[in-house]
Order: sequence, then structure tokens, then C-alpha cells
Amino acid sequence: MQSQAEAKYMDQEVKHTQQSEFVSFTVAGQAFCLKITQIREIRRWAPVTILPHAPSDVLGVMNLRGAVIPIYDLAARFGLQQTEASERNVVIVVAVHGKPVGLLAESVSEIISINPEEIQETPPVDSRSTMEYIQGIISHHETMVRIINLDAVISAPEQVL
Amino acid sequence: MSGSIQDTFFEECQELLEAMDEGLTAVEGGDHDPEVVNAVFRAVHSIKGGAGAFGLDELVAFAHKFETVFDEVRSNKLSLDPKLIQLLLRCSDHLSDLVAVARDGGSTNEEHHDVLIASLAEYLGDEEEEELTFAPMGLGGPSVDLPLDDESEKTYEIRFRPLKEMFGTGNEPFFLFQTLAGLGELKVSLDESELPGFDAMDMAESYLAWDLTVTTTEPRSQIEAVFEFVEGLCELSIGSDTDEEDDAAAIAALDAAFASPGDAPETETPAPFEAPAPAVETPVVESKPAEKAETSQAETTKKEQRGPKPTLRVELERVDRLINAVGELIINHSMLAQQIANLNVPDMRDVETELEGFKNLARDIQEGVMSIRAQPVKPLFQRMARIVREASSATGKTCKLVNEGENTEVDKTVIERLSDPLTHILRNAVDHGIEKPEDREAAGKPKHGEIRLSASHRSGSVCIEVKDDGAGVNRPRVKQIAIEKGLIPENAELTDAEIDNILFMPGFSTAKEVSNLSGRGVGMDVVKNAVTGLGGRINVSSNPGKGSTFTIILPLTLAVMDGMVVSVAGQTMVVPITSIVETMRGSDDMINSLGADGTLLSIRGHFVPICDVGAALGLARPDDQPPGVYLLVETETGQRSALAVDDIHDQRQVVIKSLDGVCGNVPGVAAATILGDGKIAMIMDPESIISAGGGAGFDLERSMNNAVAS
Amino acid sequence: MKTKVLAIDDSRTIRNLLAATLEEAGFEYHCAVDGREGVTMYPDVAPDVVITDINMPNLDGFGVIQELRGDEIDSKVPILVLTTESAPEMKARARDAGATGWITKPFDDQSLIFALKRVTGAAA
Repeated sequence: MQSQAEAKYMDQEVKHTQQSEFVSFTVAGQAFCLKITQIREIRRWAPVTILPHAPSDVLGVMNLRGAVIPIYDLAARFGLQQTEASERNVVIVVAVHGKPVGLLAESVSEIISINPEEIQETPPVDSRSTMEYIQGIISHHETMVRIINLDAVISAPEQVL
Repeated sequence: MSGSIQDTFFEECQELLEAMDEGLTAVEGGDHDPEVVNAVFRAVHSIKGGAGAFGLDELVAFAHKFETVFDEVRSNKLSLDPKLIQLLLRCSDHLSDLVAVARDGGSTNEEHHDVLIASLAEYLGDEEEEELTFAPMGLGGPSVDLPLDDESEKTYEIRFRPLKEMFGTGNEPFFLFQTLAGLGELKVSLDESELPGFDAMDMAESYLAWDLTVTTTEPRSQIEAVFEFVEGLCELSIGSDTDEEDDAAAIAALDAAFASPGDAPETETPAPFEAPAPAVETPVVESKPAEKAETSQAETTKKEQRGPKPTLRVELERVDRLINAVGELIINHSMLAQQIANLNVPDMRDVETELEGFKNLARDIQEGVMSIRAQPVKPLFQRMARIVREASSATGKTCKLVNEGENTEVDKTVIERLSDPLTHILRNAVDHGIEKPEDREAAGKPKHGEIRLSASHRSGSVCIEVKDDGAGVNRPRVKQIAIEKGLIPENAELTDAEIDNILFMPGFSTAKEVSNLSGRGVGMDVVKNAVTGLGGRINVSSNPGKGSTFTIILPLTLAVMDGMVVSVAGQTMVVPITSIVETMRGSDDMINSLGADGTLLSIRGHFVPICDVGAALGLARPDDQPPGVYLLVETETGQRSALAVDDIHDQRQVVIKSLDGVCGNVPGVAAATILGDGKIAMIMDPESIISAGGGAGFDLERSMNNAVAS
Repeated sequence: MKTKVLAIDDSRTIRNLLAATLEEAGFEYHCAVDGREGVTMYPDVAPDVVITDINMPNLDGFGVIQELRGDEIDSKVPILVLTTESAPEMKARARDAGATGWITKPFDDQSLIFALKRVTGAAA
């Protein structure tokens, strides 16, 4: 029984690597995307609680069903113009290093399916942080969609000891 | 399936290792009671037994040597001199490493391993050279499978006459025959020729004999194995139609077995363990012997066995789920109360009474659940003995750790998260506190340094103290370093207590501390952060030449605390009630300027520095209105300050949500909580707000800039 | 009727291993965590066979055998001793005390069941 279930699971994994689904969204007018498997949920923006002494790209913390999760402004993170937080905006909840983290984006666009060979390498640009944060780019309906390297954007929270 | 039993094994190992440590610590302290030695022997023995079941050979081999030495001690062939005790302590540390390696993978220091094995062997002399094999053996020596290839049936003629001794052992001829019948075709004939007349019969004597014929494909060894338990208790002869060949083969096999006892052929390949383990998957109710009474009573109560206290083993995750649910229940109560209050119903007394009842019930459940998580600090304290041992040998000092209040119960998470800070404090105490033996003697102190680690309950808190009898904090040196590092202004006038507490300032950690001993090169500020992260406080006091005491005060439960809800610059925040001495609304005439930007609050003729919480936390005040409410708080060093906030809302129980893993250490903030409206509020850490706000004269700006992660 | 086994061992690991093997093989399994509890439980459980460890707190395996075979209980129940020592002395000592047989740790299912069969006649 177990091995059968396992085999089935493996099958699914294989399919996933063949064609991946990405969720695209806009941040400061630019198109970005994340693998659908990285996203836990998408919520409407609600005012957050300010975290004292936090850097400008950390908006604060919010209550996600009893858990305290930090919210980052992706635009500020990418060095773009800070997002004017409003009710139209969304918070994309992702898991980084096993912990939930919220990312503020302007709006979610759509779900796109991509074959691995469609992903292009990020052409070299001057900004080192851009190179780190963007894992690759996809051309979708004539627009350029940037694939976010989540681990680079949100580094592991500092350990206390 | 065997995985879950293996988990049980490792869990049990942990308990056994603790029992072993406890026993060895008692032995080290001079208690050579045979029962203590026995308990250690049993612990090591049980580890060996379990490890054998899972084929953890390295663990088995080491435990065996260790156990053998202990067995010699047990039977008074070896005496427990200090040298042997030290070796046993080192071996117990190593055994615990081996268990960890068996569980988590990795490897231990092989050289160290060999040294210990060699040292143990010295105590054992030459006799303990037999190799450890687990092949079942018969009374007469190794039993081996006969290397017979043919599957052909053979007939064995067996003559079996029990001696009277056999009947005292519970062996029953009938069952032996039944087993034989399972091997093949069996014919039994009873020989009662020796049976005397009824009058001459001795009931205890054995008169009967049997002649058995078995036809089977099983090897002869299997027939012999059936009679294994009665060997020597009966007259037995087994003959077969192919005796001669068998004998030759048997001799060859025995020769091989004796030539190299280490790799005797296995009699049977153990079948892979594949049976359901219901006992593990459902919580197992089982009894545990009641904990030994305090040492003072131990002597008197030792002999009388108290009935075992029934205990229930439950997966931690289940308890945590319950705790979370209770936390939500308490939040839910607040939300409900708030919404009812918003209804503006004219007469709400009945509802309020019910709400109060709800609240009390929730609190009862909460306390009950939290007490499930409470555990004695004993295992944690016992681990610390090793830290001190290792630190002592690394620094060439001799110190002894004395534990007190080991049965004090603290939340499991607190115990887990205290491990690192305590380790650090103890290493620090050995490294910096205790002097070298020669210096101690010169100062007229005993050569052995002593560190006391104690735990106690103190008015709703847990107090953990590390007290050494070393040199105490070198205040002039600490002050000088702090000035050199720019932590305090050159002209700073500090009290002794303030100087001692410089040790906790970020960036103070001295170069010496980045030694291999302190390992990661962390300073005491990290210890402080860890303690504050648990909602606790730490303080050091020192007496030059006499020693230092680190005191850690922790809340009893991690999950809930009583807080005062206040607003600061448009943010709702919570201040722990325990740190508030009194609250008051300020009027202009109470505020006095001191210097350019210092302000003091006068309270009944006393002046207390004011600390603006909003400013200290870097929060912009939207309306420029000066804060009008003051919370008088007292710091660890006894200094009072007035925290200025905008307003006080109410006092309530809040569920603490750690910010660990959410962001780094935030100065001025201890944790977060979720309020009745579902919003998150920060729980203030008054102490760090005061130091940040300039109340104590320190400038901690540095720490803030790199405080928030990423 | 199932053959009733009373296992006495202070190691939870060993108890779990025994329980898993014996219940799988169809025995009725009861256990005690030390010798004292084992002897106390004995009359109530009234097992067909007793398996006992040697090294235990509160009455060791030899003590268990002595009490079960002693005047007060005076039982003829087969008693199997669990031992890591394969040395003949240990077995001789157990037998002198009145043990029926022994099982060498670590045991596998087959040798455990085989030992039980020889003293109870039952495979389950």
C-alpha cells in the first residue's frame, strides 16, 4: 500500500518538474511570479502592526490564524518605489525556511504554466541585488515576467543564539 | 514498523542516560551506596540491551565494556577511586554521544573512543578478552548449525530420561515432545520399567523415561535445541541413521566455531522485525516508579517502596495542540468581551458574570494544560555537569558543579531554550570566574572551585541562579573595555551593579571569549537576548574576590501573562504587569527638566527619569501630543524609571507569541500577542526600553541598527 | 484460548519489542515494569508463562523466580529468563533459582516463539 502511494506521489513530482505553474503578480508596475507550490495563500491587505526599529522594507507583522508573521514590501525590497498599502493590495503568504512570511504586492494577475526550457537566464545587469533576487525571466503574452528567488529575497530570520 | 519501537528506544535512552548521570554524580559526590551503583549499571545495561535489538553494534560494544567495569565495581572487585570515577564520567559522556550518533547520524571522535576503551580495558585486565557475540549458546558451549546441504529426511532415535531436578524448573516433557512433533513425524513410547511399586514411590523422584523417534528434514542441531533448557537435567542421547557423517560435519563446524569465536556462524538469521506495534502508536499507560525523595529523606524512605505513580505518556505535539487551542480560547474570550462591551446594552451584569466564569474556566484549563508541560529541571542541570567538566579540563581548572532544587518544574520549552544560555553562563563562570588552582590557593581558597546551579520558585516566577566562588567581576577592567569599545562615555559614573551589568551589553564580549572554549564567540548579550526572548530577565551581581551570581528570573508559563494594554504613538502595546510598580496620569507640574533634554518626574518628592516609549521605539507620534500617562517601573538593578505612554486601556491576560523566527531580536520588545480585535500588539520589555531611551545613561543605538534581521 | 504471557522488564524498548512480537504471534501479552510489580501482578494475570529480565530495580529476575517458586506462591509456571549474558554461569544460576529456560538478548521472533513453544507447547 505504502509503496503504491509513494509511487503515485513520485509520479506527480515528475509531472511537476516537466511543467510548472507560476502565479504572476505586479509589484511597482512590474510583473513578477512565484512557483505556485511556494505560495500558501493570498490575502487582502489589512493594516499591520509596526515592528519597532524595523528596516523600511519590513512593514510589520500580521495575525495569520493565530501565528505572527512578518510582512515585507516587495517593492522596497527590490529597490523600487514603495507600495502605497491600500485595501486593493494583496499579501502573498509564502514559506521561507519553513516559516510563513507575507509579501505585499499590488495585485495578483494570473496563473501561468511554463515548461522549464521557456525559462531564460537573467541577462546581466548592473545591480547585484537584482541579479540575486531574480532567478530567471519568462516571456508571457509579450510581457517579461520575473521569477523571484525567494530564498535570496527573504533570508533566514536571525537566530537568537 | 520497527521505526516506532526504535523511537521508543531513543526516548528511553535519554531517560537512562539521565539516570546514569544522576547516579554517577552521586557517586562523584561520595555516595557509593550499592543501590546507586546498581542503578547506573542497570541504565548502561538497558541501553546495551536495547541497542542490541537494533543492531547498533558500536553502542553495544562500548556499553558492554562500560557495564563490565561497573559490574566489577558492583561486586567489589574494583574500588571507586577518584581516577576511576573520572573515567566513568567521561565514559558516560561518550556513551551519550554514541547514542546521539546512533540516532542522528554523524560520528564520534574515534581517537577519544579508543582511548576510553583502552582505559576501561586497563581496569579489566586480560580476562575480559572474550569477544562479544550474541549468538545464542547452549549450556555446554556454542551451538552451531550443521552444514548439511541435503534436504533428505533422517530419523533420530532419542532416549530421554528426566532427572528429578528437572521438575523444579517448570520444564514439562510433554511440551518438549510437542515441539519435537512440530519438526517432523514423532513416535513416543513410555518406558515405565523403573517405576517402583506404589509403596516404594518417592514423589520427588523421577522414574519415567521415553524413547522417541523423530523423522525430519531438520538438522540435528534443531533436535538438540529442543532439549536446550533441560540439558544437564536429564539423561539424553540422540542417535541417527546418518550418525557418522553428522559427527564428522559437527566436528568440523565446532572446530570452525572455536577457532575464531568472534565470527561464529550465526545459528539463525534474525528475521526483519515486522510486527505491528500497537503499544507505541496509541498512548501507553504505564507506571513509573515514583521519583526518589529528596536526599535528606532518601535514607529513611529508601527501604520502603512507595507504590508506583501511574503516568501517561503522550506525544508532545498533542499537548501543544491543546495549548494552542486554549490560547485561542483566551483570545476568543477577549474578543467576545470586547464585542459585548461595544453593544452598549444598559444592564449587562448577568452577561458579565457569565463572561467572568468563562474567563476563570479558560484560565483553569490553561493552567492545567501548562502543568502537563512542566518538567523538573533535573535533566537540564545534569547535562550542565558535563559542560563544567569539559570547560574545567579545557582551562586546566578544577571546579565542581553543585545542583540545587533539581525538582523545580518549569515549562518544557523554557528548559529546552535555557540550555544554551546556561551552557554559556557556566562556561563563562569556569573560564572567567573561577581562578586557576594556584591563584585560589594563594587567595586562601580551596583549590577546587565551586559553582552552584540552583532553581526555585519565587512568587509566580522561576528563579535560576548560577553562583561561583571565583574572583568576581573585574570592575575596573570591565569599565575600561566598555570605554575602549565606545559602549559608555569616558566620564560615565556607574554604580557597581551597573558595571557588572555591562557584561550583557552587545559588543562587550571580550576577545578572550572567542576561544575554543566559548566556542561560537558569542557574548553575554546573546544570553540576555535568549532570556528576554523567554519573557525573563537576567542580572549579575558580584563580590570581588568572593565570586559572581547570575540570576535568571523566568515566568512560570510561557503562554500567558498579565499585561496592561497601553497606546503609544498610535500603536497598541502591552506592558507586563510584573514590571509595573504604579501608574499615574501626569500633570505639567510633575515634570522637571534636567539638562538639555533630560526630564524627571516628581513623585511624592522623589525624582524619577522619564523615558518616552514612543521615542525609544522609534515610533513617530502622529499628533505631536506629549504622552500623558506614566508607568513607574523598576529595573533589575533597583533603578526606577517612568515610562511615558499615551493612554492606558485596560489590564488583561494576554497570550504570548514569540517573535523568534519572525524577526531578529527587537530592542524594547519582548514578544507579541494577539488582542481581542485579532490585531497583533507588541509586548514591551521595559528594561531594554529604559536602556534604549537613555534612562540608565547607556546608548544602545548600535544594537538597534543591526537588530532586525535581513 | 490464547496463551498468556507475563513479561517483566524495566526497559520500555524491550517491552515494546516483546509486545509487538507476541501479539503478532497471537499470544495474550501482559507486562510489568519491574520484578516487584511482576510478582504482584502474577496472581491476577495467572499467566501460562513468565518472561523476566534479570537486572531490574525493585526485585531482580532471580528474586522474581525465588518468589514465584517460593512457598507463598509455589508456582510451577514456566519462567524464561531474558539475558544478554550468553555465559553458561548465568544460565546455570537462573536454572538453580528455578528458571525453566532462557532467551538471549537480542532475540528475534523465531527464537522467542521457539523458546515459548518448548516450555508451554504453544506456538500462540
